[in-house]
Amino acid sequence: MIWQLFWTFFKIGAFTFGSGYAMISLIEREVVDRHRWFEREDFLDQFTLAQSAPGPFSLNTAVFVGYRVGGWRGALAAVVGLVLPSFFIILMIAMYLTGFRENTVINAAFKGIRPCVVALIAVPCVRMIQKLNLPQILLALAALAVIALLGVSPVLLLVLGALLGIVLAFMEKPSSTGDSLGDEPDQSDRP
Amino acid sequence: MIYLQLFLSYLKIGFFGFGGGYPMITLIHNEIVMQRGWITQAQLTDIIAVSQMTPGPIAINCATYVGYTVTGNVWGSVLATTACCLPPLTVMLLITIFYKKIKNNRFMISALAWMRPMLVGLIAATALLFLNRETFFDWTSVLIGVVCFVAVWKRVNPIWTLLAAAITGILIY
Repeated sequence: MIWQLFWTFFKIGAFTFGSGYAMISLIEREVVDRHRWFEREDFLDQFTLAQSAPGPFSLNTAVFVGYRVGGWRGALAAVVGLVLPSFFIILMIAMYLTGFRENTVINAAFKGIRPCVVALIAVPCVRMIQKLNLPQILLALAALAVIALLGVSPVLLLVLGALLGIVLAFMEKPSSTGDSLGDEPDQSDRP
Repeated sequence: MIYLQLFLSYLKIGFFGFGGGYPMITLIHNEIVMQRGWITQAQLTDIIAVSQMTPGPIAINCATYVGYTVTGNVWGSVLATTACCLPPLTVMLLITIFYKKIKNNRFMISALAWMRPMLVGLIAATALLFLNRETFFDWTSVLIGVVCFVAVWKRVNPIWTLLAAAITGILIY
């Protein structure tokens, strides 16, 4: 079972390029349809929680699937399986690309790629703004200003945001919390 | 000493990596480029591009790359990658174990909801940082940026967009 977990997530780690959409369905197919480790609804429920934990969400998914199937050893096997393929690929690139980088063709390619990377970062940002209400947009602008102009640590802002949320929850009446973690932002653009 | 610094830096990035990929770039930029100066902003841009074209999450790819670049050996990579994975692994294990209790906790829901605008601010700050003379050094590069934005907005696969940008770069420069 441990070996199966490792192998399943090794495959997922080796074949998930770019956007999150492809990955969700790939994991779902392996975990729900093929191995029947989870009921579909149960899986999607846990998946929503995985999105709210820190870290890449493929990693978080590996942890919860691994744990539910094979305890902490299962979680470890799934995580190692997930990370190994890209680890070796990037290691190769880190070892040999530095030499390649001087190559004029590669250099020209990266000149074209860099503006594209900015676009890749900007698109999810604009999509997320569309999902905020006015006070949240103002808060986002304030966060942007203090990071960009004053160089405040992003970590500090995240902690402040969490504290603000907790304080606001204290002030609200307990009965008014109908929503659960279900309405997370659109994560489709996560790499 | 450098190994300890590397470990601590990536532990921090992993622990505060809410929202995954793009918000994590901001954390990485702040920690690795601004505070530690281990890689340059141009190198980080290259890593992001490479991460998009290879499998695996950006944050982890970046940890592997920076670990090697900073120490010059494989163990630096292993250390940074492990450090980056440890906090999410621990937190997610706790969440899975206490799943039923956490699921509808209103304090957690509210905390997460109010971290969201901060995350947007974070990503916007990163996007602004990359809007520099080094990246957009002539009108063609501005045009590539705009076309890519529209393409990604229309949900063209990022890998194809990057490849097209790379080919354009080779043809023009």
